[in-house]
Amino acid sequence: MNGPHDLGGAHGFGVLPLEDNEPLFHAAWERRAFAVTLAMGATGSWNIDMSRYARERTPPAEYLASSYYRLWFEGLVRLLEECGLATRDEIALGRMRRPSAPVKRVLKAEDVAKVLARGGPVERDTQTAPAFAVGDRVRARVMNPHGHTRLPRYVRGHLGTIERIHGCHVFPDTNAAREGECPHWLYGVVFDAGEVWGEARAGDSLHLDLWEPYLERA
Amino acid sequence: MELRVRALESLLVEKGYVDPPALDVLIETYEKQVGPRNGAAVVARAWSDPAFMQALRDDATAAIASMGFTGRQGEHMVAVENTPDTHNMVVCTLCSCYPWPVLGLPPAWYKSPAYRSRAVIEPRSVLGEFGVTLSGETAIRVWDSTAEVRYLVVPRRPEGTEGMDEADLACLVTRDSMVGTGLALTPEEARARGLLA
Repeated sequence: MNGPHDLGGAHGFGVLPLEDNEPLFHAAWERRAFAVTLAMGATGSWNIDMSRYARERTPPAEYLASSYYRLWFEGLVRLLEECGLATRDEIALGRMRRPSAPVKRVLKAEDVAKVLARGGPVERDTQTAPAFAVGDRVRARVMNPHGHTRLPRYVRGHLGTIERIHGCHVFPDTNAAREGECPHWLYGVVFDAGEVWGEARAGDSLHLDLWEPYLERA
Repeated sequence: MELRVRALESLLVEKGYVDPPALDVLIETYEKQVGPRNGAAVVARAWSDPAFMQALRDDATAAIASMGFTGRQGEHMVAVENTPDTHNMVVCTLCSCYPWPVLGLPPAWYKSPAYRSRAVIEPRSVLGEFGVTLSGETAIRVWDSTAEVRYLVVPRRPEGTEGMDEADLACLVTRDSMVGTGLALTPEEARARGLLA
């Protein structure tokens, strides 16, 4: 979706909010929002692409005015409702009004280290061969899907060169829509910064990891 | 937000989806155990041991795992090396993807719209706000890590550090130098900050 999250190249956001001795969390609630988001992720009720898609559907004005953990919180609320795990009333009230829905697993304290260490690798076996080889010239497709995608707007239509083949990775566009992992080849693609931004940028380059459906031969 | 988050947490506990002690362990893990000292140890070893540097180039995920750093948001790692004529810098323009096992949770600036929007279009001005000025000859490579591959910048080893061991070298490696928004500290800078004896 062409949402407020797709920020590459936008102007007007001002200087960086640099802080000396920055705390890991800026308020007590951020700590809790972080932990409940990870713990709910561990129930297996959704995948990471659904989480990102839920956050980026925060209405644009609200998205840009929200801190990172606020966005996590709003995304979590959206997923709980959409997955039928809680209603908006229950969430506002903080009390159960309807029975729980079954979840695949509940993260226990003693399993946290193991679950974090395992993570969620997204490389998958495949019988297909990659369509592109290192050194091939490609163009990032011009596309504007309504759903989730990881092809940033600022490279669409631009020419790049394949510099690495990462393997066959879960495809976020389908995975976020609960339409399956549909793994595709993922490539490291280098773009010339001057070509992307339309001005001379002696030697500077942009490097993006893009799935095969995002690319066409140039 | 305090009240909304507290309400949500009580609801999730009441529904049986969340086990409260697990929440405390999750917080403790990222507050106490996982952070940029992990990445600094990786960089210090890469500076000290050419075989490890080669392993990092060949398969960063495996090389980093050999030091015990694995898992969530570091499942697929790539190390990118700064050289006299190239500087690497990492961003995620679409959210705030960051290599947690080696750097911990990202700082606020990394997640800010200012960094996410500007890093790709005006990296030199972004670096300027961090006090880093590169010569016009240095090419900047900006890695927009929007897939599940996470990047660790290996900063250049400062001059005058030939005799230093890995533990001391790690004191020169800042979080920002591994994101590419800073450079490794000289021993003098590290001493001035009280990071090195």
